[in-house]
Order: sequence, then C-alpha cells, then structure tokens
Amino acid sequence: MNKLNFLQPDKNNLNTYLYTGTILVALSIFIVFLNSFFKKDLISFLPGTLSFFLPLILGFIGLHLIRIEYSGLKFLDSVNKHINTNNFNAFLSLLIVFVVIKSLPPLLSWFILDANIAGDSKDVCTGTGACWTYIKIWFNRFMYGMYPNAEQWRINLSFIALAFLGTIGFFATEKFKKYLTLYYVVIYPVIAFFFIFFFISGGPIFFDFSYGIIAAVISIIIGFFIPSKFKMYYFIIVPITLYILLKYVFFYEELIELGKLEALEWVETGAWGGLSLTFIVSFFCLIFCFPIGLFLSLGRRSDFPIIKYFSIGMIEFWRGVPLITVLFMSSVMFPMFLPEDMFIDKLVRVIIAISLFEAAYVAEVIRGGLQALPRGQYDAAKSLGMGYWKMHILVILPQALKLVIPGIANTFLALVKDTPLIFVVGLLEIVGMLNLAKTNPEWLGFAMEGYVFASVLFFIICYAMSKYSYNLEQKYKTER
Amino acid sequence: MNIKKILPQLLTLLVVILIFGFFSYNAQVNMENRGISFGYGFLSQESSFDVQFSLIEFDGSHSYFRAYLVGLLNTILVSVIGIIFATIIGVVVGIARLSNNYLINKTAAVYVEFFRNIPLLLQIFFWYFAALRALPLPQDTEPMFGVFFLTIKGFFVPAIIWNNLDIFIYSIIAAIISITFVRIYARKKQENEGIQTPVFSISIGLLLILPILTFLFGGVDASVEVPVIKQLSQSGFTYEGGIKLPPELISLALALSLYTATFIAECVRAGVQGVSKGQKEAAASIGLTPNQVLKLVVMPQALRIIIPPTTNQYLNLTKNSSLAAAIAYPDLVLVFAGTALMQTGRAIEIVSITMLTYLSLSISISIFMNWYNKKIAIKEK
Repeated sequence: MNKLNFLQPDKNNLNTYLYTGTILVALSIFIVFLNSFFKKDLISFLPGTLSFFLPLILGFIGLHLIRIEYSGLKFLDSVNKHINTNNFNAFLSLLIVFVVIKSLPPLLSWFILDANIAGDSKDVCTGTGACWTYIKIWFNRFMYGMYPNAEQWRINLSFIALAFLGTIGFFATEKFKKYLTLYYVVIYPVIAFFFIFFFISGGPIFFDFSYGIIAAVISIIIGFFIPSKFKMYYFIIVPITLYILLKYVFFYEELIELGKLEALEWVETGAWGGLSLTFIVSFFCLIFCFPIGLFLSLGRRSDFPIIKYFSIGMIEFWRGVPLITVLFMSSVMFPMFLPEDMFIDKLVRVIIAISLFEAAYVAEVIRGGLQALPRGQYDAAKSLGMGYWKMHILVILPQALKLVIPGIANTFLALVKDTPLIFVVGLLEIVGMLNLAKTNPEWLGFAMEGYVFASVLFFIICYAMSKYSYNLEQKYKTER
Repeated sequence: MNIKKILPQLLTLLVVILIFGFFSYNAQVNMENRGISFGYGFLSQESSFDVQFSLIEFDGSHSYFRAYLVGLLNTILVSVIGIIFATIIGVVVGIARLSNNYLINKTAAVYVEFFRNIPLLLQIFFWYFAALRALPLPQDTEPMFGVFFLTIKGFFVPAIIWNNLDIFIYSIIAAIISITFVRIYARKKQENEGIQTPVFSISIGLLLILPILTFLFGGVDASVEVPVIKQLSQSGFTYEGGIKLPPELISLALALSLYTATFIAECVRAGVQGVSKGQKEAAASIGLTPNQVLKLVVMPQALRIIIPPTTNQYLNLTKNSSLAAAIAYPDLVLVFAGTALMQTGRAIEIVSITMLTYLSLSISISIFMNWYNKKIAIKEK
C-alpha cells in the first residue's frame, strides 16, 4: 500500500511531490539559463551527451511529478492544464522553453547589445552584432529610392495629405455618410492621382489623360439631365466622342505646352523607389483591381454567353500564369503591341499589369460571395421590380461583399507582398533598393541587416492590414 | 427586349476585337520594322549558352527547345521538393495550431503569422544572400553525420549508384499496383462483412519486401558515393563525387516551403476544425476506438475540406517558383524567358510559350480539382 502511495500523489505526500517537482523544473531551467546567458556550465563534469540532455531529463521528471489533478493551487492547475497535460506535451513544452532561453542571448546580442548605430561610415561597425549604421545611412534611399534629396518634401507632403484625406470617413457626419462610398471609390482615387502626378512627378497640368478626365466630368454632369431610358447608350457614346473631339479638334497639343508647371522639377518614374514606391504601386493597384474584379465576377455569372465566356477567359488566364511572367510580358512583349511612337510609362504598365492580375483573384473571391447568397435574395429583389443594376447595387452586392471581406483582404495582402516583383521591369522599391545597396562596394556584407529591416517593415504593414480586416469582418458580421 | 440582350454582348465583342486587332496590327508593323518574322522555327536552332544546373545534359550545342526542357525540369524539381517539405511542415504546424498546449499553439501561431506576412521574394533573398552566405567555405566545413557537407558553394550529399535500376523501379510499381488491389479488396470485405483488414501494414510490407527481393534475386545493386574534398588551387576547394545541390536551389526550396507551409497549416487547421464535434462523439458512441474514429470518421471528412485549398497552394507554389529568376536559379522563366529571349529577341513567341506552359499546368489541375470535388461531394438524397 505504501509503495503505491509513493507512486501516486495523495493528500499526505502531496507537498513532497510539489516541492521535488518544482525544484527539479526550476533547476533544469536555471541550468539552461546560466549556460545560455553567462556561459557557465554547472554540469560540465558529466559526460558530453548526458550533460546535454540532463536539463531535459530533470525538467521532464519534475513536470511529471507536479502533474497533480485538482491540486487546489490555481497557478499549478493552470500550468497543468495548458502546458503539462501529458508526457508528450510536457516534453515539447520543455523543449520550446529551452530553445527560447538558448536563442535569446544570441538574438539580443545581434540586435541590440553588440550592434552599432552611431557614426556614419562602415568603420564604426566593429562589433559582432548588427550594423544599424548601414540602415541609418541608407534610410533615405530605402524610403525614397533615387528621388532627389531636395525634392523629397513633395513625397512627404503628398502622403500626409492623402492620409489626412483618407481619414475623412471617420469624421463624416450622418448627413454626408451616404456619399462616402462615392468619395472613396471615385473622388479620392482621382485626388490621389493628381497629387502623385503633380507633386511627386511634377507633371504638366494638361496632359493626354486630362482630356479623358475633362470628357468624363462633362459627360457625367450632362448625364444627370438625360432620361434614364437612354442613359446606357449615352454613357457608351458621348464620353468617347467628347474625348476624341477635345483631343484632336479643340485643344490638340497647345494646352500641354501651356500648362507646364515651372515651379516643380520633373522627376521621372525611373527615379522613384523605396518604400514610397511600394505604397504608390499598392495603392493604385488596390484601387483599380477591385472594380475590375467586381465586373469580371458579375460577368462570369451573367446570362450573356459572350460576356460570360470573355470573363471566364480573362479570370482563368490571369490566374493561371505567375505574376513574374505577366511583368515580363508588360516589359518586353507589350511594347511590341503598341505603335512605334506611342510610349507608356514603365510604372503605368506595371500598375496595369498587377491590377489585371489581382483583379482575377478578386473576381473569384467575390464570385464566392455571390454564390453564397440564397436565391431568395435575387427573387425578392426582382419581384420588387428592380432591374439588373439596381438589384445588384442595392441588394446583392452589399450582402455578398460583406461575406467576402476576409477573402478580399487576403488578396490585397497578397498584392502588397507581390509589389517587390516590379524589380523585373527595373523599378526598385524597398527590396530592390536593398539589393542595390548591398552591392555598393563601400557597404559590402550587410545583407542581413537590410533584409531584417525590410522584413520588419513588411511584417508591420501586413500584420496591421490583416488585423484591420479582421476587425472589419467582426464589425460587419451579421447573423444569417 | 431582344436588342437589350444583344447590344452589350456585341459591344464587348467589338471592343475585344478592336483591341486585339490594334495589338496584332502594331505587332506586325513592329516586327516588319525590326526584320523578324513570327514563327516557332527558332526552337530547333542551336542555343549558344550554358546552364549552370540542369537535370538533363545541356550545353551550347543543344537546341532552344532543349533549353526549354531544362528550364521546365528545373521548375518541376524545385516545385516537387517545395511541395514535399511544405506539406510536411504545414501538416505538423497545422496540427500544432490545434494543440491545447499553450506553448506549442503559440509557437505555431507565431511561425504562421511571421512567415506569411513577409513577401516571398524577400524571404528568398534573405536565405540566398544573407543566411546561406554565412556558411563556411568547403575546406572549413564540418561534415554532418560524416557524409553531408553544407558549404557556401552548395550542399554536397552522397550519391547512390545503381545497377539494374529499372528492375528496382518495376518492383516499386508492382508493389503500388498490388497495394491498390489490396485496398479494393479490403474495402469490399469491409462493406460486405464488416471486417477490417490492416491495409496500412500490408502496404508497408509490400513496399519493403518487393524491392528487397529484387536486391536478393534481381541483380539490383546499390553503392554509395561519398563526396570527397578536392583542392582546385591555393585557396580554392570543392567536393567531388556525390550530388551537389546548388545554394540557389536550397534557398528557393527553403523559402517556398516555409512560406507555403503557413497557408497549408491554416488549411489543415480549418479542415480539422470543420469536422463537427457530434461526428466524433457519434463515432465514439458506436464503439469505435480512437484510432478508428480518426481513420474512418474524422480524416475522411477533414480531407474533403483540406484537399481543395491545399491543391491550390501547391499550384501557387509552382507559380511562385518562377521567382527563381531573382536569384539566378535556372528555372523556366530564367532560362527561357530570360536568356533565350535576350539571345533571340523573339519576345512574343517566348513569353507566350512560357505563359502557356504555366497556364496549361494550372488549368489541367483546376479541371482535375473540379472532377475531384464532384467526386467527393457529399451526395445528399
């Protein structure tokens, strides 16, 4: 009887188990801690393999001893419940704790203790740790690429202004809430485009594209007075006619010369780079890929065979090829498809390529949401006499999009993570700049610091995005 | 009514035809100006470049078509390695995410959050330019288990030299075929008589015994060739013999599998969580052992949820392997759409072949997945 009691803890010898177990676990952790932080080996007198495994064995026995059900101690119960449910779990928990203790000192020393950040040349980096001086010196390049130093305030100003304009939605009163969608889908992107074009690029006020904008604005204004019966034909015919008239008959080239801004220096897109380029590319691709994807997904579910098969073809084509070949296509194959004298800027080509590519993925995500809606929703909307567009805008899409927030957020995340690929066409965003800086003869051998820096930046951006999408999902979650 | 149906379609068709017409007209004009004619005849021309790493014999005297094959095989190689490791890591991490051990759960969560929020290209660069460059030179390398050498120049592993390899492969094929028959027989037996056959142990036995028999009676023979260090010059060393895995391949496979494993882990987690608790309790209540519950009730249902998105991830991995071009691993994109394109200048033909290759791969897989989904879908009455 006594022997059995010795193996199985009970009321009388519970404390013995508790103390022995705790001491063994503490001892094992203490040994590893000393070994890792102070390079002192308490058990070096033992033969090699045993001294390596001894902390593990000690801790394992200790954890086995303190695995007491309903001991009455809150802390012990929670330990047992969470990390010490059985032998296998105890072993893995110990392993994880030891690996963390073991890897902390080297990491700490590399990141902080032995790292250098002072000074402004490679010579200060004598320690065994990271050389953050490298990041400090190149910080400007990593953020702005080859953009001239004196002009960088333009990027900052644009980004601050756009960030401010982007937050307007939070301050809008009830009265203006209904215009927010219009604002974010149409007005804000246009403002952003103008900021980027005028400030960051320093482009002329009138350029080829602005005829299109003028035509669009005029036709939209007139469009309000057109009876809804003819609206579709009106919007198909009038804007294009206006554009052609404006471009080839009324203004032609004069306005381009007239509107050039003298104050701001023209910075070509090849000089843009760094994190700011990552933001610019992701921003525009996000804005363009969503509506394209929406139309493709509606097209795929359309009753019109031509539109349906066209959409299916588009979606399957873009989803079937890797992004890098799409970018290859935009850089080496696309110029062959254009007239000799026509030139489209590299950045614009890249943005179009990525937008089309991601739009296919967005389309499939949205299709999932559309398919998830019960037929009754369609039937109810139709029975109220709604047409195709009215039904989709007022009934179907608000519900479908709500369902696919996580999927769309994942696609957007993938898009942000895909932006470094634009190195294929020679645009250097932050990863590209890192590779450039790495090969600078004065700063050889700091690849690790650069990649760690960029990884942390990307991690923060992407993690924040995924957390935000999670919040959004919770906010719009409705019980069905 | 009718015109409202036809007009949008006609307009779409018109726009598409206009765009295509515009593009092909321009392409024709441009190619005439540059003096090149459209055609795939260049594929049989002699390519005059060399490829660092190829599975089949290749040098400058071979044709461009063979260069295409070299690139394709390298792409397949890295994809297969990546898929194998991504599956192993993904399943382990996915199960760890389900563990009720707090530490294991959190470690797996940190791994998933960390590796999937960093661009794949950055990870490839990190492994290639930062981590693998920190490895020792060939002469300073400590061997792992005496025969593996991990150096800055690549990973040297022993090669196995076979005699009568074909008989060995036939024996494995025979084993697989007989396992299929055993499975069919076992299923029939279970359906008719309710008796379970230990299919798994029989399969393992077949897979082991048949190849071993060929060693004893079939004249199959295998010997191991260990890499040996060799001095090239005063300070230049390398290893001879064995198989050399170039650092490009290692870093690419490492980054691809670590990145894709995070997504597979989430698929596995979602799949196992998707099996409702009632199923397990019902299975236990009719007297199945925990092993049988897992094998007969939970796994078939979980796999139904897991397999489609996981196949999608495999496809993504294969497409992502094209990032090899960034670190000069000679895959399809680098060899064919890079070097061969630069040499011949035939942008349209080469980019279209490259895209078609990936496209046919992914479309065939998606057709297979549709068939598979239909097959495994729960048939409701």
